Amino acid sequence: MFDEMYGSDGAPRAPYAAIAKWLEQQPLETLRAKSDEAERLFRRIGITFAVYSGGGDTERLIPYDLVPRVIAKQEWGFIERGLKQRTRALNAFLADIYGAREIIRAGKIPEALVMLNPAFEASMQGLAAPGGVYTHVAGIDLVRTGPDDFFVLEDNCRTPSGVSYMLENRAVMMRLFPEFFARSGVEPIARYPEMLLRALQSVAPRACEGEPTVVVLTPGQFNSAYYEHTFLADEMGVELVEGADLVVEDGAVFKRTTQGLQRVDVIYRRIDDAFLDPLTFRRDSALGVAGLMAAYRKGTVTIANAVGAGIADDKAVYIYVPEMIRFYLGEDPLLKNVPTWQCGREDECGYVLDHLEELVVKEARGSGGYGMLVGPQASTKERAAFAQKIRATPDAYIAQPTLSLSTCPTFVDSGVAPRHVDLRPFVLVGSNGIEVTPGGLTRVALKEGSLVVNSSQGGGTKDTWVLRG
Amino acid sequence: MLARAADSIFWLARYMERMDNVARLLEATQSMSGMSESAEEWRSALVASGCDETYLEKHAEVTPEKALLYLAYDPDNPSAIMSCLDRARTNARSMRTALTSDMWDAVNGSWLEGRHLKASAFTPERIGETIDWVKTVGNRFYGAYAGTMLRNEIYWFARLGTFIERADNTARILDVKFHLLLPQDEGVGGAVDYYQWTSILRAVSAVRAYQWVYRTEVKPWNIADLLILRPEMPRSLRACYDEIDAVLAQIATSHTGRRGECHRLAGALAAQLRYGRIEDIFARGLHEYLTDMVERTGQLGVEINAFYMR
Repeated sequence: MFDEMYGSDGAPRAPYAAIAKWLEQQPLETLRAKSDEAERLFRRIGITFAVYSGGGDTERLIPYDLVPRVIAKQEWGFIERGLKQRTRALNAFLADIYGAREIIRAGKIPEALVMLNPAFEASMQGLAAPGGVYTHVAGIDLVRTGPDDFFVLEDNCRTPSGVSYMLENRAVMMRLFPEFFARSGVEPIARYPEMLLRALQSVAPRACEGEPTVVVLTPGQFNSAYYEHTFLADEMGVELVEGADLVVEDGAVFKRTTQGLQRVDVIYRRIDDAFLDPLTFRRDSALGVAGLMAAYRKGTVTIANAVGAGIADDKAVYIYVPEMIRFYLGEDPLLKNVPTWQCGREDECGYVLDHLEELVVKEARGSGGYGMLVGPQASTKERAAFAQKIRATPDAYIAQPTLSLSTCPTFVDSGVAPRHVDLRPFVLVGSNGIEVTPGGLTRVALKEGSLVVNSSQGGGTKDTWVLRG
Repeated sequence: MLARAADSIFWLARYMERMDNVARLLEATQSMSGMSESAEEWRSALVASGCDETYLEKHAEVTPEKALLYLAYDPDNPSAIMSCLDRARTNARSMRTALTSDMWDAVNGSWLEGRHLKASAFTPERIGETIDWVKTVGNRFYGAYAGTMLRNEIYWFARLGTFIERADNTARILDVKFHLLLPQDEGVGGAVDYYQWTSILRAVSAVRAYQWVYRTEVKPWNIADLLILRPEMPRSLRACYDEIDAVLAQIATSHTGRRGECHRLAGALAAQLRYGRIEDIFARGLHEYLTDMVERTGQLGVEINAFYMR
């Protein structure tokens, strides 16, 4: 097991030297007091997260851990190159499969996997997204297993969330420990909203004159990520709209204002494809805008991320991302994939069923850590029940080896103890290029030994430091 | 700004103002009822706040304890103090980007505090303390928005919400007196009558203002004059409508002069108050006059919504 602070031998690693020393000097009471103060701050600002089941308080906080997670400058340099490479390939793939489909014709990815995939969006065929960008904001989930071993666990090409936590965690960190932060030489991240706005404006429809009008489209205040939607709209200085605030007239999109209708050029949507337009997708959707897809196809408005981008982050398509990098970019992948078995393939399914006690099995189309099996931590009974589900619909599952995720010191009830972490960096793609904010959102499994970091499953977050030198 | 945002900020301000006003109504009622054994004052408070019918659907009779709980706490009553705070926060949350962080903090912070209040904080013994808290909440909100908001459309729609709600409430509080019957052995101008009128002044924090303006003992027509026609009294109908008229004009100017029925209606009401005489109001009947004001204020809200918030 690799601990990011103490390595494998117990001596503090160089990037963590200052933090290790600082942490040793902090009495537990101080940490506890600061931790309580952080919680008050979060609740006060209203950074809550809606949890869908379990009753009780529906507005919960995602626990914030005081101990920052640190990434050295050269480590980050490598990760950043890898992220940019991967995101370029994912965008090239999307442009290709909604266009000429060369990768399928070249036999590099099975046709059925793409064309019969529910995430493949037929209405996008032949539509060239403005600037050639399909996934404008990508969240690439990384895990680490050793000093030089980084793996991509999954790609998020639709509407990855969490960036507000990344930014608020930093703000709270700087407020709680201003001096310690100031002398640590940490890369700033506060420019993210500005970078996002620039990326969104860069993909405005070509016919748009003057400064493009950008809006953030939210399902509304009962959505679990509503806080983030308000935060991003606020930080970018653009309007936060709901479906009912928009209307399509004469093939263009307008917002309803106190002065009548005003034109909208770019929609940063935080609504799933299926709810965007009741005329094209789900008819019962009250969240979307009737006629939006027609306007999009006409090229009078840009939707970010593009409709149909989800095909690139399907967990079965994931297996082919290294191939995409070679195919489109002619490069060797920098970031590794986790070896993955597809239960839909007969030979691989047999292997999975025989080795359930050492594998992690996930729904190919699920998210949020719901409906997954962590083999080594499950009981015999749970494994047997899961095996039945796999046999019933093998296509719906993929399996991966249980990775020994790195740990980071974390402040818990009993004091400071190692807990497993992952990392979601945010990659921004505009027609003007690709940018990555240094660091990202570190998620931490607060339960001892747990490998599930999702906030819906009791995970917390940490501030993530990329060091300047 | 978004039409829906204008609607949310308007209602945020209305609910915060209503919360504050219901608290003042409760305070006045509590103090009036100290003079009699009956629940008459509470019945009239229910009438004045427009929820006597829904109350009677739920309770067979009016008792001080039940009326108090209904007006302050009962989630079934949409105008109860705590319901107002809840709705204010929902409106604030749906338009967080339009609020300054101080304003959000004033609403959300108060809402978080309010969540700890149990029904036991709304008993006749403890209501005084709770009302003080509610007034602090109102002032904190008002201070945050007066002190931190840009003077733009968002601010103007908040002002509209505040003053329309306030005009409505002032008319209603004054009308409470009409619904109160004096005990049989008491006459007009007697001790109870006097006490009731003073309580109304207290409900709008205007006891000192009254003395300052009239320098004489409490007389009903002076109180009506103060709360209806006096421009220097911040809760008077006149002051409210001066503000509403001015704010609507300001919005129109910023929208290249676009005006509608709401502007005409506000202008007419403001002019009527500016040139009205208290003798005429009494000659026509105070209750009829106030009922008419409540109705027209409601109509103005509808017209503002039709013109700006759809």
